[in-house]
Amino acid sequence: MTRIKTGISILALAMLAGACSQTTTTTEPAEVASNPPPSREGLAPGVFDAEEVSWNIELVHAEPTPEAFAPDNAMWAPGVEMAIVRAMQAGEEVERPPSPISFANTDLAFSGDRVIMGNWHGFNVFETQADASVEHVLSVVCPGGQGDVSVHGNLVFRSVEDNRGRLDCGAGGVEGESSAERFRGVQIFDISDMSNVRQVAAVQTCRGSHTHTVVPDMNDPSVIYIYNSGTSSVRPSSELEICSGGEPEDNPDTALYSIDVIRVPLATPEEAAIVNRPRIFADRETGAIAGLWRGGQLAEDAQETSVTNQCHDINVYPEMGLAAGACSGNGILLDISDPVNPSRISEMSDPNMAYWHAAVFNNDADKILFTDEWGGGLGARCRAEDPETWGANVIADITESGLEGRGYFKIPNTQSETENCVAHNGSLVPVPGRDIIVQGWYSGGISVIDFTDSNNPFEIAFFDRGPLDAEELYLGGNWAAYWHNGLVYAPEIVRGLDIFRLLPSEYLSANEIAAAELVRFEESNTQTQMRFDWPDEPVVALAYVDQLARSGALNTAMATTVREAVNAGDAGADLMSALEEASAHAEEADARRFRALMGWFQ
Amino acid sequence: MRLNWSLGGKKSPAALRVATVLSAGLLCVVLPAAASSASLAQPAPIVQPGAPGENSRTLTREQSLELGQSRYIEADARFMQHMIVHHGQAVEMGALVEGRTTHEGVRLMAERIALTQESEIAMMRTWLTRRGESTQMQGGHHHHMNHAMDPNVPVMPGMLSPAQMDELAAASGDRFNQLYLTGMILHHQGAIDMVNELLSQPGAGEDPELSEFLSAVVADQSTEILRMRHMLSQLG
Repeated sequence: MTRIKTGISILALAMLAGACSQTTTTTEPAEVASNPPPSREGLAPGVFDAEEVSWNIELVHAEPTPEAFAPDNAMWAPGVEMAIVRAMQAGEEVERPPSPISFANTDLAFSGDRVIMGNWHGFNVFETQADASVEHVLSVVCPGGQGDVSVHGNLVFRSVEDNRGRLDCGAGGVEGESSAERFRGVQIFDISDMSNVRQVAAVQTCRGSHTHTVVPDMNDPSVIYIYNSGTSSVRPSSELEICSGGEPEDNPDTALYSIDVIRVPLATPEEAAIVNRPRIFADRETGAIAGLWRGGQLAEDAQETSVTNQCHDINVYPEMGLAAGACSGNGILLDISDPVNPSRISEMSDPNMAYWHAAVFNNDADKILFTDEWGGGLGARCRAEDPETWGANVIADITESGLEGRGYFKIPNTQSETENCVAHNGSLVPVPGRDIIVQGWYSGGISVIDFTDSNNPFEIAFFDRGPLDAEELYLGGNWAAYWHNGLVYAPEIVRGLDIFRLLPSEYLSANEIAAAELVRFEESNTQTQMRFDWPDEPVVALAYVDQLARSGALNTAMATTVREAVNAGDAGADLMSALEEASAHAEEADARRFRALMGWFQ
Repeated sequence: MRLNWSLGGKKSPAALRVATVLSAGLLCVVLPAAASSASLAQPAPIVQPGAPGENSRTLTREQSLELGQSRYIEADARFMQHMIVHHGQAVEMGALVEGRTTHEGVRLMAERIALTQESEIAMMRTWLTRRGESTQMQGGHHHHMNHAMDPNVPVMPGMLSPAQMDELAAASGDRFNQLYLTGMILHHQGAIDMVNELLSQPGAGEDPELSEFLSAVVADQSTEILRMRHMLSQLG
């Protein structure tokens, strides 16, 4: 396919982008004035003209949902709903608006210069541009949600759970309780020829596919595995032979209480098939397959926690041989060194969690940030009256005795009644020396959170928009926010794809941002964590110095001396022993930064 | 996301307040974004793949949008209207707890069920209203409907009859616990049966929100049935 663009515009864009670059490195700490967070309360509503507020982050591009996925008569479009409803009530023949979630944008995956955005209606592919915008290059239509996507080269994987999903990507649904035409599971598409995208495999599963995770085999590059999390009710065996439902007391073969492991041979992806349905919730002593939380409250005033008969999200960290499962009623830690046979190392409960939804390891894999999707994502759960520890993140340390719950983080409870809001999906920002996550909160916007101290996570940047509508709650907002190669990409359920750049502040220096930008991945699936390794660039050392100066572990004079040494590329014996001395008296996080800094000099 | 239909749906006029935060850097980035608009490039293809191994076809924007016009059928709307009435009885049963039992497990269970079903009723009303459908149960359209005023016959299968509701209201202590739990198990099973009956009809349950709701009803209510059975066995 050819694209027509004038050379002049490309040059102009490059110059403009260059003029606006704010990530130049510095040997002096950036003089950033203290900048208190603005209020995000009472923002004016609107679909494309809602009021926006941001702090230490800027929206650099807002790509609207592609036209083939954006109906003009959407229910939330201004004036549409009431006009149509009135006409229908008056008995007039009118075209009904589509269901408000039929065209909802969902998760992201990254490959080369492609950004792939899932949707209830299929998926869209964009190409990143030099000016931090994207260009839409492909729409693939295949109705059936929720449409979470992953990628491996030219293969795109997609989750389908809706009852109406069809094997042939058609509409019009499926007739009857059992049908060979119905599809609920994991689809595999080949997008190497964008004008002739082909479905190469459709792996049917008992509970459909709500989310899935790509798991590389560290010993065999010719194969990948998919961990599938189905959360729907179990399909009848008349439709899919391997399936039967019910509680394990009545049916030991129940499709509840398991996940699906799908093997994908990369040379012949059409042969993808389920190879295991491990009982990862089994009781260690008795082997009873429903071995974890059975639903109810942990204490009298506690949140009502869902039963653990499914995972919602599994975040794998293949280099560590670990996976973190957010599994409805529990957070769990899995050993995946044998990816076909994941086995549970530890599990935890928490009285404030309604539904364990997602999980992210820190880079060292000594802690996990879990999220709680209280209200299911469609509820307004960040109102003044909502508890600060419900619908929040909980940080868990991985200790010798297993997972140990520590602190909570939730964005301030200042969202309105018509803004669906709860903790949702995110990924790490690769700042050396700190644990930082960027995360979507639906209509609560996006938030950047430091959780280096597991007990005291705190916000360092945010973006928030007003609701779609002042009177009615429609599903909207940022489904997720993911750092990828220097930018933050955040799918917006209704509005499209938001792209952000972090700004230096008293909480995050220009050097720290520049060091994060050095970490680049050719391909990235948001639930498949890859270890960050920073190159030996001066800016990485300067990032550590900025952190040590911020905490007070280095005084101003000492920080200046160390910065000069970094620029000279040599510390000298005296400075090294001074750093050694300071390190011995520092708190643990600072001691690690000192060691990394000394390691850089050596 | 997981739609569990417990939406906090109160309408409140948003207090509109002007915030004055727009980064000065925004102008820089808005310009190139506008310059790279799609008008300079060919429109991206819109492709509908076929079943595995089959050919794909190219669609127009209109064809794509048409494929997303998820439909619902008369039976879906009737189902929602009936389920509102069905759920209403669970809320009524919950209201009877006060003053009739001190059993903590039964009280908590009843409170939770009443809250869940209340919020689901609100969601079902919204679902119907947004589609221009009545929220009232339509008489005579459903073969299960029973209009006789026999107190021993429930309004629909899977509900308690007026006589059973009277018996529950007259009970207290262990007798109440027993009747509440057996009644609610029957009531929940009735909801699951309603879902299964709906799904056995061609073309039913395809609206994505409805599809999520049907899954939630089956999953949540079968879990609660299990817990109530356990509670019942502990009553002795």
